[in-house]
Amino acid sequence: MKHSFLDRYSDLDSFIHKLDPRTRFITTFAFILVVVLTPPTRWQAFALYFALLAGLILLSKLPPLYVLKRSLVIVPFVLMIAIFIPFFRPGEVVGSYNVWLWELSITYSGLLVLWNVVIKAWLSILSLIVLSSTTKFSELLKGLEQLRMPKVMVMILSFMYRYIFVLVDEVIRMKQARDSRNFGGKRIWQLKTIGNMVGTLFLRSYERGERVYGAMVARGFEGQTRTLTNLRFQAVDLYYAMGFAVVLALIGGTILLRWGS
Amino acid sequence: MEKAIEIENLSYSYPDGQQALSDVNLAIGLGETVALIGPNGAGKSTLLLHLNGILRSDGTVRVLGVPLEDKSLKWVRSKVGLVFQNPEDQLFSPTVFDDVSFGPINMRYSEDEVRRRVSQALKWVRMEGYDGRSPHHLSVGEKKRIAIATILSMSPEILVIDEPTSNLDPRAKWELIELLKGLEMTKIVASHDLELVKALCERTILLDEGKVVADDSTRRIMSNAPLLQAHGLAPPGIIGAQAQGSGRGPLPNG
Repeated sequence: MKHSFLDRYSDLDSFIHKLDPRTRFITTFAFILVVVLTPPTRWQAFALYFALLAGLILLSKLPPLYVLKRSLVIVPFVLMIAIFIPFFRPGEVVGSYNVWLWELSITYSGLLVLWNVVIKAWLSILSLIVLSSTTKFSELLKGLEQLRMPKVMVMILSFMYRYIFVLVDEVIRMKQARDSRNFGGKRIWQLKTIGNMVGTLFLRSYERGERVYGAMVARGFEGQTRTLTNLRFQAVDLYYAMGFAVVLALIGGTILLRWGS
Repeated sequence: MEKAIEIENLSYSYPDGQQALSDVNLAIGLGETVALIGPNGAGKSTLLLHLNGILRSDGTVRVLGVPLEDKSLKWVRSKVGLVFQNPEDQLFSPTVFDDVSFGPINMRYSEDEVRRRVSQALKWVRMEGYDGRSPHHLSVGEKKRIAIATILSMSPEILVIDEPTSNLDPRAKWELIELLKGLEMTKIVASHDLELVKALCERTILLDEGKVVADDSTRRIMSNAPLLQAHGLAPPGIIGAQAQGSGRGPLPNG
């Protein structure tokens, strides 16, 4: 079965795509750090962060609508966690509503927390989407490895990338087989079937793991991964990283100055 | 003739106690192409896993005259290349290059040598230019060939393949058979695809219930219809002949 690529658009040809994956990883990490540390009341700063990302998206020739759509995936998760905060946080009341027996009131400070969580999560996920759509996953793994990320973690990520769609295929086939045999009946029966499917999937993955390990051992694997390293920083990487740092520092600096005043 | 593989009194039972191999004795000469046939569950794959020491049990396995033991394990694995049945198990890296270079890197070749071996192996299986692709996005036929390339890059002297033609359409299957024919090394092929066996192997070993039932030239085994039928392997051609003879399938024409 065909699935969309995890790293779709990573083979486009642009200035951003040509950078060393480590450069992109470090700048993305720095960006997220700065965004998270920005006080939520400085809304101008968030507008500037967004402008910076928009510039990067344009530079990397990614379709803006695609990036936007993918970034919305995060919203339900964030909302699920943060939506109740405005109702529970004490402080200056913005408005109160009577819902049946309860009186609900929204506070200003609660809204601020909600905004803080949502905007920071969204900007972070946007920057990660730019990272993952401008870097081939295999290159990213190589970059992480050279940045001294523990090899075990890199291997786990690498196996995840390799087998996630194999597992998805397996689930789809199991569902088709179930539906072909007229899946229905009582809810409790359905739940039992789903439980069995999850169990089967686990067993199959476990056995696949053993076979994959066999295939690795057959090719001389002794518990350590060795790779050829062929990443090289170029002049562009330096310019890009410096430019990025300057922009971040400018935005951050303005915030600090205004914060102080 | 010099021996590529000698197996003496090999028995193996699964962890749950079920007997998979009982008292197998075999010798395979250098340069031979041998088919290992048998019905499902006959012990073919289990036997293959003993050839490079992934499974070990009582009995002796000698590879190029060297007995398989802890000391020789690494050496044996560089000589015996084992291609697994399911390429999804064999190909576990994010890119084709990473997978084909996995063996040579583990054998500690220099970077240039690794690159040379990868491009040579990809050329052998006619998959040049696939280095950067992700194995997930290849067709089954392409995956099978890359799986073979991951072993060829280690230049083994003995190539062991489990069910090379399973899940392949006829065209991909015959392409693969041609490819295997072109490889000059000792080959051991486990399969119940008798077309493949007839086209590729001079010698056939029939395995059933963990025992060697017959060991003879492929021509003689293939013409022994009662033997093949007794072990769940209809002789080639019989299904096609039936369909041509009756002109109608077993299902009623409604």
